[in-house]
Amino acid sequence: MRKRSAIACVAFVALACARPPWNHATLYDDLGGEKGIARLVSAFLVRLARDPISSPFFAHTNMERFERLLNEHLCQVANGPCQYTGDSMRDAHRGLGIDDAAFTALVQDLEMAMDDVRVPFQVQNRLLARLAPMHDEIVEGDPCSPFALSSEQRERCAKLEAMRASGAH
Amino acid sequence: MCARRVARAALAAALLAVTTVARADTPPAGAASADQEGWERWKEVVGSGRLLATGGVTQVEGSAGGGLVPWAVLSGYGSDDQVGGAAFYTRVPAEDLMIQAYGGSLSFLQRVEISAAGQRVDLGGPIHEDISQLILGAKVRLFGDLVYTPWPTVAFGVQYKRNLDYSIPESLGSRHREDADFYLAASKLFLNGLFGFPVLLNTTVRATRANELGLLGFGGPHQNEYEAMFEGSALLFFTRHLAVGAEFRQKPQNLRTVDEDSWADAFLAVFINKHLSLVGGYVRMGDVAVWQNQDSYYLNVQAGF
Repeated sequence: MRKRSAIACVAFVALACARPPWNHATLYDDLGGEKGIARLVSAFLVRLARDPISSPFFAHTNMERFERLLNEHLCQVANGPCQYTGDSMRDAHRGLGIDDAAFTALVQDLEMAMDDVRVPFQVQNRLLARLAPMHDEIVEGDPCSPFALSSEQRERCAKLEAMRASGAH
Repeated sequence: MCARRVARAALAAALLAVTTVARADTPPAGAASADQEGWERWKEVVGSGRLLATGGVTQVEGSAGGGLVPWAVLSGYGSDDQVGGAAFYTRVPAEDLMIQAYGGSLSFLQRVEISAAGQRVDLGGPIHEDISQLILGAKVRLFGDLVYTPWPTVAFGVQYKRNLDYSIPESLGSRHREDADFYLAASKLFLNGLFGFPVLLNTTVRATRANELGLLGFGGPHQNEYEAMFEGSALLFFTRHLAVGAEFRQKPQNLRTVDEDSWADAFLAVFINKHLSLVGGYVRMGDVAVWQNQDSYYLNVQAGF
């Protein structure tokens, strides 16, 4: 009986030392800190570039600046020691015509990038949960969708197509 | 029977849509550039632009949901400017009752879902008969998003049911051959639900007079009015492709001569990709009319886009 409770005690201590999931470090630490986030961001950029839905949205983006800002942003979102210096999510994505499907494609790219750099599933979900509320600030609907029939949407679509053609963004 | 043909036609149409969409992944060889552009547009409309598993599977009455319970999600993976859909087949080989359900659904612009399903139960034991019913469903998403809004997504739905073999239900005391269920469902996916594993919760309240889903008719001598019934589901995702879940569905006691039990199930769902998912589970059906202890395993397969 005493032996059994001793085993139980050791098992308990071993389990407790294995950092129980309800007593976690900051998400920043679990993502591997500055280096881990940098690896994740570069894996993400590779996935974005390969994705036929996501990549057109970055056709005219300054990728060096984007990479730096994304590192800052993820670091800040994960409670790391950084300050995001870019525009608000709403300002940064205004007029790009990002719809629900494009946002989904981006989330899937991020999920695959996290798999690529072996971020554990539970850590992935903690990051995704913090990014999810940004959906409403980023998605404004595709004004060029076959179902976008209002004159206001057609106007926005014309603007968007002109912008894409000129490479203004 | 005309109604049965409708259910089969719906399944066939949904399967056709699914195979067309599956083929849409590869554009036709040597298509002209104008065709190419049209093709791209068509691909976008059926582009399955929502995250894996967010369309749920198809419940036993043909609506997007779990196994027993309709959820507030719309079938398939169509985003707010896309069309989605699913075809399904469910088999519950209980000891005396073999229940099969099949059908198809389409969802439009993350707003409306329409569905058609057939159910057939083969009765064993003392009576060798089968009873079928046709179910036509419609669901409207009222507000919210399963994943992105802090509040749940909420939908209102209708399931019109018509019993196609009414002699047994009538002899048991059923009052109506056809009827409609109305339900309000709220669903929410918590990405960081439990220790970092996503959790999906759903609650549905249904106004119904159905006896055993309607397979034994609607209303009866004991109770002939609509009653509000509670239904609930909970899922835990171990990976993006694999979830375990459990559900509960309260059912009314309208008939006097035979018992009706509330149902519950537990299942493992495999979302292979956005076009195919499989569910295996165990359903506690208890006593169904004169057939006692009809607990059984069940299988569900679904193809969609």
